Amino acid sequence: MIQTDVCIVGAGPVGLFAVFELGLLRLKAYVMDTLPVVGGQLAEIYPRKPIYDIPGYPSVLAGDLVDRLMEQIAPFQPGFGLGQKVVGLQPMEGGRWAVQSENGDTVLAGAVVIAGGLGCFEPRKPDLPGLAALEGQGVSYIVRDPEKFRGRRVVLAGGGDSALDWTLQLADIAGELTLVHRSQAFRGAPESAARVQALADAGRIRLLTSTALISLGSNAEGNLATVTVQGQGQEPLILDADDLVPLYGLTPQLGPIAEWGLALEASAIQVNTENFQTSVPGIFAIGDINTYPGKLKLILSGFHEAALMAHGAYRYIHGGAKPSFKYTTVTGVTGL
Amino acid sequence: MSILPEVQVTVLDESGLKEHHVFPTGMGLSLMEALKAAGYPIEAVCDGLALCATCRLDWLEGTVSEPTDAELDMLDTLPDSRPSSRLACQIRLESLTDGQATVRLHPNFT
Repeated sequence: MIQTDVCIVGAGPVGLFAVFELGLLRLKAYVMDTLPVVGGQLAEIYPRKPIYDIPGYPSVLAGDLVDRLMEQIAPFQPGFGLGQKVVGLQPMEGGRWAVQSENGDTVLAGAVVIAGGLGCFEPRKPDLPGLAALEGQGVSYIVRDPEKFRGRRVVLAGGGDSALDWTLQLADIAGELTLVHRSQAFRGAPESAARVQALADAGRIRLLTSTALISLGSNAEGNLATVTVQGQGQEPLILDADDLVPLYGLTPQLGPIAEWGLALEASAIQVNTENFQTSVPGIFAIGDINTYPGKLKLILSGFHEAALMAHGAYRYIHGGAKPSFKYTTVTGVTGL
Repeated sequence: MSILPEVQVTVLDESGLKEHHVFPTGMGLSLMEALKAAGYPIEAVCDGLALCATCRLDWLEGTVSEPTDAELDMLDTLPDSRPSSRLACQIRLESLTDGQATVRLHPNFT
């Protein structure tokens, strides 16, 4: 079990800057993120895009801003739990909190700061009756270990890069591989699309374009048995299948955070603007994931929120005691 | 090309209900922002980055700008998009050069 003063959920720019503001108040932080790298949206979505509204930087590349933030918080030696999706939050003795990750790690913290941005990126699921019941019983959304598909009858669905890439990867592994794509053509990665077409022409995979998933069938053990598809203007076709992997990209979702009993408004966490505490004492929310009257989803707003949150978290952890406020120009930055 | 001072958008919702709206141009609003302001429950989780596709709609009528690569990539990824599908967040009101359009909102999926 990891022990820390404050556990920050989300390693985007606002979560990272929170380490700094907490550090100034001598609070040690542990930062967790579903992604395997720090930076959140800045790293994952637009690392090479310039940002123009960071005070003092007329223009800064998103990836560079992340690097500078990491440099800025380095003296406070935060802990990092990256590639770890936070799934649970439990109240503990003395107002402390236990934060649990999907792979079983527990972080015991005096306060929790949710800086989750858009939320977790979850697989986008097709609208098929009975889909949920077959998840883990033949239906999966991520290929973690290609070897698990060896010799099996696999149906992949989707038309993006990941659908093409996995078709190429699994062609030699699966016993029988079918790629189902809603439209006629594949966009992006023309080279991959050409290689997939070549595999289909050679009869090594089955390629069904302009074809939609219609329904799923299961066997007596409750495992996936068939996938019914239908081509445009054609009769439905029943494919015998052990596995179905819909690859329709990722979409941001609030995820497990929605289950923690915090007051929400339109998928955002309600906070007060005095210290950015949520409806649950000891749980704070900063950055794009929170909402309050006048909220603007700006990085600079998130930085401001981090500063006020740090003072609120200090008071929560220290039984209401007020932290002494000092300017960094007077005191400098002393590491932890 | 002159920009019209306002555009008229007819919105069909999931239940088939039809509503007419007049939206002002010149403020750089996207159709997603205009529809949200008009009270439609569009989540727009990603706030216009063409990432979440919760503002997806069917374009039924009216001249509009062609989708960008980012929008086409997203539409191509979705399990059930149609040739008429568009992301409202990627459509500037100024790009409705006829001054009118008809769209049908798509039920959000998770």
